[in-house]
Amino acid sequence: MTGVGRVLVAVYGILALAATGRSVFQIIDHFSLAPVAFVLSAFSALIYIVATIALIAPGRVWYRVAWTTISIELAGVLVVGTITTFAPGLFGAGVGDPFGDNSTVWSTYGAGYLFIPLVLPVLGMLWLSRHKPASVAETSAAASDTAAKA
Amino acid sequence: MIEWFTTVQVFVALAAGILCLVVGIVGRPPNDLTLGAIVLVELLLVAQLVVTIVAPIVGNNPTGSLGEFYIYLISALILPVAGGFWGLIERTRWSTVVLGVVGLAIAVMTYRMGQIWFIQGTP
Repeated sequence: MTGVGRVLVAVYGILALAATGRSVFQIIDHFSLAPVAFVLSAFSALIYIVATIALIAPGRVWYRVAWTTISIELAGVLVVGTITTFAPGLFGAGVGDPFGDNSTVWSTYGAGYLFIPLVLPVLGMLWLSRHKPASVAETSAAASDTAAKA
Repeated sequence: MIEWFTTVQVFVALAAGILCLVVGIVGRPPNDLTLGAIVLVELLLVAQLVVTIVAPIVGNNPTGSLGEFYIYLISALILPVAGGFWGLIERTRWSTVVLGVVGLAIAVMTYRMGQIWFIQGTP
C-alpha cells in the first residue's frame, strides 16, 4: 500500500482505536443501560480493526476481507444511523444523542465523529476499486476478454 | 483539568493538524517543523496527564466519568508517538498528511475530554 492509501489506513486505525476504547468503557462501566447499543459498539470496533488490517495486508483474500468489512461498515452506519435518528427508543435511553454517554460510532450516521464513519466506507470502496491486487485484476481482465469473444 | 490550558491545547492541536495537512498536501515529507509541532502536541498531552493526576487529589474533580476521560487521554497520548515513528520511517508527503490527521484527531479528543471533565455531569 502506498501514497494516499496510507492516510486511509491511518484514519481507519484512529477510528478503530476510538471505537474500541469507547465500547470497552461502555461495556465495563454501564452495560445494562443500553446492551444492544453497546454490543453494536463492540461489533463496529471489531469491524474497524479487521478492515484496517485487511487494507494493509496484501493478496486477494485480504482484498475480499476488506470489501466485506467495508460493506458491513456502510450498511451498519446507514441502518444504525437511521434507527437511532428516527426511532432512538429501540436501542435504549440516550442512544439518539450523538455526544451522549450511550452513543456508538454509528449512531445518528456518525455525527459524534464528524460523520467520518459515513464518509470513510465510501472512500474505502473507491480506493479498493482502483487498487485491485494483481491476481484479481488478471481474473477480471480474463473474464472481460472471454465476454468480448463471446 | 484547567479550563484555559485545555482550550490552549485544543487550538495548538488544531493548528498543528492544519499545518501538517497543508505541508503534506504541498508535497513535503515530515521535517523538523511538522514533527516538532506534533512533539509539542504530545508534550502538552503529557502535561495534561500530570495535571489530571494531581487535580482530583487537590479537589478539582471531573463532573463526568474519570475512567472514560482516561481512555481518551491514553488513546491521545499513543497517537503522536505512532504517527511520529511512521513519519520517520516512511519519508513521503503522505506521512505528513497522517501527522495532520493525528493533530486534528487529538484536537477533537481533547475537546471531548474537556466536555467530560467540565460539562458531562454525573452519569
